[in-house]
Amino acid sequence: MSLVLAAPRWRWRRPSVLPGFGLTLGFALVYLSLIVLIPLAGVVWRSASLGWPQFWAIATDERTVQALKISFGASLVAASVNVVFGVIVAWVLVRYRFPGRRIVDAAVDLPFALPTAVAGIALTAIYAPNGWIGAPLVALGFKVAFTPVGIVIALVFIGLPFVVRTVQPVMEEIDREVEEVAATLGARRWQTISRVLLPGLAPSILTGFALAFARAVGEYGSVIFIAGNIPYVSEIAPLLIVIRLEEYDYPAATAIAAVMLAISFVMLLVINLVQAWSRRRFGYGA
Amino acid sequence: MANRNTFLFTAALATMVQFGGIGMALADTTILNVSYDPTRELYRAFNAAFAEKWKADTGETVTIRTSHGGSGAQARAVIDGLEADVVSLALEADIDAIAQRTGKIPPDWRGRLANNSAPYSSTIVFLVRKGNPKGIKDWGDLVKDGVEVITPNPKTSGGARWNFLAAWAYAREAFGGDEAKVQAFVTELFRHVPVLDTGARGSTTTFVQRGLGDVLLAWENEAFLSLEELGPDAFEIVVPSISIKAEPPVALVDGNVDAKGTRKVAEAYLDYLYSDVGQRLAAKHFYRPSKPEAADPEDLKRFPEVKLVTIDDFGGWKEVQPRFFGDGGIFDQVYKPRR
Amino acid sequence: MALDIDAPAATVPLRPTTETPLARGILIAVALAFLAFFLFLPLVIVFVEAFRRGAGVFLAALAEPETLAAIRLTLLVAAISVPCNLVFGVAAAWAIAKFEFKGKAFLTTLIDLPFSVSPVIAGLVYVLLFGAGSALGPWLKSHGIEILFAVPGIVLATIFVTFPFVARELIPLMQEQGTGDEEAAIALGASGWQTFWYVTLPNIKWGLLYGVLLCNARAMGEFGAVSVVSGHVRGLTNTMPLQVEILYNEYNFVAAFAVASLLALLALVTLVLKTILEMRYGHAIAGAAAPH
Repeated sequence: MSLVLAAPRWRWRRPSVLPGFGLTLGFALVYLSLIVLIPLAGVVWRSASLGWPQFWAIATDERTVQALKISFGASLVAASVNVVFGVIVAWVLVRYRFPGRRIVDAAVDLPFALPTAVAGIALTAIYAPNGWIGAPLVALGFKVAFTPVGIVIALVFIGLPFVVRTVQPVMEEIDREVEEVAATLGARRWQTISRVLLPGLAPSILTGFALAFARAVGEYGSVIFIAGNIPYVSEIAPLLIVIRLEEYDYPAATAIAAVMLAISFVMLLVINLVQAWSRRRFGYGA
Repeated sequence: MANRNTFLFTAALATMVQFGGIGMALADTTILNVSYDPTRELYRAFNAAFAEKWKADTGETVTIRTSHGGSGAQARAVIDGLEADVVSLALEADIDAIAQRTGKIPPDWRGRLANNSAPYSSTIVFLVRKGNPKGIKDWGDLVKDGVEVITPNPKTSGGARWNFLAAWAYAREAFGGDEAKVQAFVTELFRHVPVLDTGARGSTTTFVQRGLGDVLLAWENEAFLSLEELGPDAFEIVVPSISIKAEPPVALVDGNVDAKGTRKVAEAYLDYLYSDVGQRLAAKHFYRPSKPEAADPEDLKRFPEVKLVTIDDFGGWKEVQPRFFGDGGIFDQVYKPRR
Repeated sequence: MALDIDAPAATVPLRPTTETPLARGILIAVALAFLAFFLFLPLVIVFVEAFRRGAGVFLAALAEPETLAAIRLTLLVAAISVPCNLVFGVAAAWAIAKFEFKGKAFLTTLIDLPFSVSPVIAGLVYVLLFGAGSALGPWLKSHGIEILFAVPGIVLATIFVTFPFVARELIPLMQEQGTGDEEAAIALGASGWQTFWYVTLPNIKWGLLYGVLLCNARAMGEFGAVSVVSGHVRGLTNTMPLQVEILYNEYNFVAAFAVASLLALLALVTLVLKTILEMRYGHAIAGAAAPH
């Protein structure tokens, strides 16, 4: 046997002296299967009982497609807003010192902890036409609550911590020497940021985006309060699932659920692959 | 870390002790009434009255638990195994669904109690802002320019289905039964609806707290309750020329009471709804009693005279549910884009 | 940004790795304004509504027996589900972070999946699995096992929803720390457990605690999934978020927001705890990798 360090030849697991791989992976897989995979397989199985033509008819029904479009569209907008402002918030929290910074830092996790229904009620109270912010906005001619914009507001709220919390630790790790080198080489500050820092942060920003997006797509509790819930306009896919359940139409409900699951899963998988790739390439990432 | 775990452990222990306590109470008799949203206040009062009466009659202590939510969601919970002894829902169709899907209620359940198993009824009225600034008097006024109507989503709310049918009844009369015109009217009506909340209470909150809309279509009992709870000086009730007799039915869940051995007390509970006490409480909580002679005349005075159609005029729920509210039914067509 | 300097670096008083004061001020203002609109206002409104009729009414609302029952149930559910996810998170992070194997990205995706599953579906899956109409339903019933509309169902739904929190927190941290310390310990003759207990755990304890705190906060606040499996029996299967909804639907806004403010308060306590930890052990939490 020779020592080949550069090109490890391993089939599915790189040999390691550390123990516990079988135990921990085994436990993780069993737990994952029991809590997540088997129950979700139930959804897939239930919708499979429909038969392909019927499944396809439900999945491509105009109302379903419209609800999916609204859910995914609003989530896309919300996740994009969160990327822009989340990165700014993370940057401010990591780089600057100002009074109340720690409080602000702590408050970022609030949407994790506040029940979604409470968030929905509170946001509606603020953005409704007679609310603290809604009233001045209506005077200016903007309607927020009970429109698709309201959906975006709720989704921004619940998605924010995902972006900040994935980007923040990576930002903390940035080696300032890189910035110094860039500056010495004549780069302006904004060039350093856009050409040097942001590409390095991209994988973590992407992860944050994906998590915020994925979470937003499924959100129900906070959205139904602030969305108008008008079919074809502000009716989100999870609400359509609930409506199908009210009709005792379990197959249709699970079919819509299965479509949402599939889209989310593919998206998360792509993101994680990109991550793994960028980790190998750049050596860091969330 | 250690402290936290100790705390959690203590909390868990305390909770278990507490549940143990509840377990002891269960040793007497507990029945579960699975109901819909707007009956909370009524059943809180009624449960206390019944427990007292049962104690006086039999010496047994009975604990009545209640569960409230959207009528359809509640029916689904019972179908999925929530062990209700009695159900008191907004729609006959929801109890029918339990009967069909579980067999725990016999198909002829409506005939088992007086008055088609509806101990009380209600109707649909308008709640408008004080002084009625938009001058809303009848259904026809709802489609005037600039009028915004608040009603919940008929897909998720039982009350909203009664709203829909009441509007339909008006239009059917107004247009002499011309189906196309009736549907056009109802479609136009829903174009005036800016928000479809998922439940009746959500709509009331939108109208009252958020200040949205000019008129709220509501259960009569809900309209009175919100006047009482949220401000008699801010709103007033308008009674339309025609409305619908909404009969929220009750039923014994035979499959569950026999398994739990609670049939006797559950039957007595439902019968008590028809007693003088039950009827008086219903009237007090703004439900129209099926035996008005038992209720306090002062309470009865509050109910306005209104011409009422019934669900049978539409051919009964078995006909109405799929035709109006099923997938692709008339309500779905209202929102179908006109492209 | 407009103040950026073109002149030779020697005359520049600014450090090259920071922004001009103006840019800095704008960024801070933007971040704070954004957070004010989206985070602080909702929080403020919860407390304003809760105390609208004074502290006495607030306290009375919390002393209602049904509300107390909801608080106890929420604590119980969190006390069961959080440790479960804690053990899972540590195990999964160990396998994923300390070893290289094929299909890792796939496995990580599966762990992330509950984030993206609609809470409505999360509840629904257990109804499909354990409901009276399912394959398991009749068997469970004949053996007197209650899962749906009882504590086990609520616990399961909560575990599902909070599933990735601890693992998500630990995996990047442990990946960053590498395997050097553990390999050294093993080489020096430590057993696997000893290595984990004396080497890994001290390294990850703050990240672990942070994950647990978040997991706990989310567990106590979950609404959608729990709502589907709870059955809403008053005083028995209502958790705090469900109780909030019920009170709100009874037009009892003060009481609803009082319970909601308890949950928000819990979130704040969680966050204060975290902040204190960071202040005292900041370098340990940030990890050895942070250069400054």
